[in-house]
Amino acid sequence: MSLDAMLQVAASGLLMGLIYALVAAGLSLIFGLMDVVNFAHGELMMIAMYAVFSLWQASGLDPFILLPLVAALLFGLGMAIYRLLIARALAVRFNKGMVQIFATFGLAIFIRGLAQMIFGGEFRSITGTWLGGRTWNLAGIYLPLPQLAASLVCLLAFAGLLLIGRTEFGRALEATREDREAVALIGIDRDRIFALGWGLGAATVGVAGVMLAGFYYVSPNVGANFALIAYVTVALGGFGSLLGALGAGLLIGEVEAITAQLLEPSLKQVGMFAIYLAVLMFRPRGLFGKI
Amino acid sequence: MLHIDQLSASYRGLKALQGVSLDVAKGEIVAVVGANGAGKTTLLKSIAGLVTTEGSITFDGQDLRRLKPHLVSRAGVGLVPEGRRLFPRLSVDDNLRLGAYAITGPDRFKPLDLVFTLFPRLQERLTQRAETLSGGEQQMLAIGRALMSQPRLLMLDEPSQGIMPKLVDDIFCAIQRIRDLGLTVLLVEQRLVEALEIADRAYVLQTGRIVMSGPAADIAGNAAVRRAYLGL
Repeated sequence: MSLDAMLQVAASGLLMGLIYALVAAGLSLIFGLMDVVNFAHGELMMIAMYAVFSLWQASGLDPFILLPLVAALLFGLGMAIYRLLIARALAVRFNKGMVQIFATFGLAIFIRGLAQMIFGGEFRSITGTWLGGRTWNLAGIYLPLPQLAASLVCLLAFAGLLLIGRTEFGRALEATREDREAVALIGIDRDRIFALGWGLGAATVGVAGVMLAGFYYVSPNVGANFALIAYVTVALGGFGSLLGALGAGLLIGEVEAITAQLLEPSLKQVGMFAIYLAVLMFRPRGLFGKI
Repeated sequence: MLHIDQLSASYRGLKALQGVSLDVAKGEIVAVVGANGAGKTTLLKSIAGLVTTEGSITFDGQDLRRLKPHLVSRAGVGLVPEGRRLFPRLSVDDNLRLGAYAITGPDRFKPLDLVFTLFPRLQERLTQRAETLSGGEQQMLAIGRALMSQPRLLMLDEPSQGIMPKLVDDIFCAIQRIRDLGLTVLLVEQRLVEALEIADRAYVLQTGRIVMSGPAADIAGNAAVRRAYLGL
């Protein structure tokens, strides 16, 4: 393989890896905060994609302009899911773990079915966007602008998450994550922090979904594959670690791109799962995990 | 200020408190003493809203039993729990400032001056993670964090537990100074002598019931108490 081809593969992996990382960040944030694995995480991304698709269809506005609106919608949806479903699942007295799994798994099936009912099963895509079909030739490496913009937005979203961690609210999130009972002793409403955490996690995956919709098909099942990659990313990066999710997302993006080049595109996930199995065997807490 | 009437509570299926009645007046230190398992910690947890109870708990006329734990704290009741329950990976500064999370207004961090006056060591360790502090320093931080929430009643659960003897004196001195500044203190402690030395009044708790109460000096001089708890 020539140097140019290798750089092209590396660049493709980097762009996709940043999106994987942001999808995983929302999952990691929620898990780190309250030890709940959200099995409907991919479906939240799918909702964001359909939301931006529907708004684009209705208004003709570019996904870039619709991004804040969809992120805000997802934030509200995340909070509502916590208040209406997760808080109740956490309140059960027995088999909490199983109840949480089935609650979010059931939610995923419900959302997917609802999308199927409303939009049908066919693939849809957003066309005619500002950046659609354009590429940037960087010294012989072709970077598709929608992917480049998506990865830059994902990077900005990561910076935003890390900045939130430095605010008083971010410290309250960390404190709640460390001792969810002790925070009440200093007047922190744990339920409110959990709800905001869910909102933030949903908004994060919403941002990824909106940017992805600029160059990826939208369908009721689109979230499932990304969610699977997100679970692997979170486990690789270390549960609850945002920087771990970023590092692992980039690693997965690169491994996927290289595998697709070496084997064939349909086998592109083989390398990712091979690394995942190796990490599980030799470093089960993940590459960057502390637990 | 705090009035508890016929309080009963179960903890892990066992009756930990049975018909406990207790009063704390503004500006006094009230000690609750008793052996391990007497129900002292459950009593404080009940006031803080962490345990389901029967009976009544009123604080300045407000029924605390109806409140969630974070609202009990916002009502002016601070608890320094057994085992401190700090946020280990956050810095000393973050732990202290989070204590004022529910406080609003420009003076929300004003109690920092008081905390640093009481515990100058904390000012030297502001950037250190809480988990890196010694046991005594962690206890100081736990008290400091509770003070940051500007409580009117400060409840302390075994503040001397797991601390070097020299630092125990510092902690008890600090508790006295906190009271001298006008705060009210409810102190649960196994170190009978030290607790009764600084307390105005005391209650003796035995298997979930109050078996004796009165001025701390009287309790300290009571032959039965000295026999039961000091082996004298």
